Amino acid sequence: MSTDTNTCDLATPSPPDTRPAVLARLAGVTHRYGTLTALDDLDLDVHAGEVLALLGPNGAGKTTALGLLTGLLRVQQGTVELCGGDPRDVASRRALGAMLQECRLPETLRIGELVRQFSACYLSPRPESETLALAGLEGLERRSYAALSGGQQRRVQFALAICGRPRVVLVDEPTTGLDAESRRGFWAVLRQLKLEGVAMVLTTHYLEEADALADRVVVLRGGRIVAEGTPLQLKGRVGGTRVRCVSTLHAARVEALPGVREARREGVALSLLCSDASAVVRELMALDPGLSGLEILPASLEDSVLDLIRSPAAAGASA
Amino acid sequence: MNASSAINVPNLLRMQAIETGHALLQVWRLPAFSIPTLAFPLLFYALFGLLLPVETGSDAPAHYLLATYGAFGVIGPALFGFGVGMAIDEDMGWLRLKRVSPMPMAVHFIGRVLTSMVFALAVVLALSALAAFIGGVRLWAAQWLLLWSTLTLGALPFCAMGLWIGSLVKARAAVAVVNLIYLPMSVLSGLWFPIALFPEPLQHFALLLPAFHLGDLALAIVGIGDASVLASLVVLLGYGVLFLAMALRAQRQRR
Repeated sequence: MSTDTNTCDLATPSPPDTRPAVLARLAGVTHRYGTLTALDDLDLDVHAGEVLALLGPNGAGKTTALGLLTGLLRVQQGTVELCGGDPRDVASRRALGAMLQECRLPETLRIGELVRQFSACYLSPRPESETLALAGLEGLERRSYAALSGGQQRRVQFALAICGRPRVVLVDEPTTGLDAESRRGFWAVLRQLKLEGVAMVLTTHYLEEADALADRVVVLRGGRIVAEGTPLQLKGRVGGTRVRCVSTLHAARVEALPGVREARREGVALSLLCSDASAVVRELMALDPGLSGLEILPASLEDSVLDLIRSPAAAGASA
Repeated sequence: MNASSAINVPNLLRMQAIETGHALLQVWRLPAFSIPTLAFPLLFYALFGLLLPVETGSDAPAHYLLATYGAFGVIGPALFGFGVGMAIDEDMGWLRLKRVSPMPMAVHFIGRVLTSMVFALAVVLALSALAAFIGGVRLWAAQWLLLWSTLTLGALPFCAMGLWIGSLVKARAAVAVVNLIYLPMSVLSGLWFPIALFPEPLQHFALLLPAFHLGDLALAIVGIGDASVLASLVVLLGYGVLFLAMALRAQRQRR
């Protein structure tokens, strides 16, 4: 049932028994707003039981990709499929649940009413109590939307996305503004949906979130995929080490040292991304005898993604 | 499309009932929005029809102004419900979420139309009560029924007009824009004061306004004026279709 380690595998179609079905697909999709190209010949498949994290800077094309998959945008060029249908058809969207960014619901409606309204649009919705339990809203069904905290309101939006037992769930920055505990609770639910075989697309600014949830990470830049793989593979691509220390040395000077890929100042601390940490640390101690608070950590997903987004190959066009 | 798709459709009537019910609940639970729309026609009618009656020619002001303030009263909820309500929902992202959901957007629009009509009927019934009990207006039962149904259905072209406005303007501007259209159009259509009090060029201009024709139909029902019922129906229908087409075009361009 569970997917084995996913690799960068868009090219070779495998026999159906070895890979779960493709539930959402963008194939050769180009999308323009006037002269701006938001998506440039993009191919993307999302499989049953898979969490795909879509990362990239603002304007990379994440929202456009979601807009096409939800049927909000008309396809200009290429193919967009949702469970084999066109997401602009109401019938296809019965397989879809979506949690959008910057969305407010009517304040006077009660939680139970909202869930009932959305459940009525699907063929075999979850029982209301199950939806409320999954979203962590038990006991709140009589509350009006306005009476909820920001985190609870976000959970209501999530409840509306999953109430219809959709096979594809799209969540656009689901945990922005949530505290750490709610975020973890939310992750647990997404993992549960994954076990039900739901295909999920997640955009997020928290790379920790992609690391914790995603089977596959796709990094977009300028409407193209600049990297794709498991979080582990992406981290391996950078293969660097993060070094932090409290020091008065200039970031620019440190960046010039051999073995340092990047250096920046964070308050009293310096944060470096190094390819050869031990050599760099020896050099730093020599340059600044007053150096303290030394930390050496494996590069995070954030390091690797930032590195990918900035890499010359990807950045070349806009430089 | 085919037999199986007919079975695999969630209950549309249930969807429609919930959508409409919720639209009404929202109005009911936020009376600050609905009460002014309801109260203004009643207030104006009480003032100009009952307390300081205006000159209406040979007809009793309470009688004459029941028809025109009835028209004024049903146009308001239609323009505000669609023009302002839609613009606000769009701004909130709530409409975007509905477009993404598997609910056909027609269900949403029909829900809004029904809400406007319920609202319109409430205004008309309240006005009628005022006219009958305080203004001493006497009509045949059939006249009352025809007046109520004509005015309630007469809200439809203005729903289309509101939909068009709501598709074009931002929420923050919507109230101002709707008021700028609603109030001058109502005055110039002779809904506040009898059109005969206006200079002749303005009387001719009124013929171009849809609100004038709804007022004219209502006047004909209460037995006043020499309205051309057919012409008024054609004009209202024409405006309705025109506004609907422009609104649908504006909606499509949003995508």
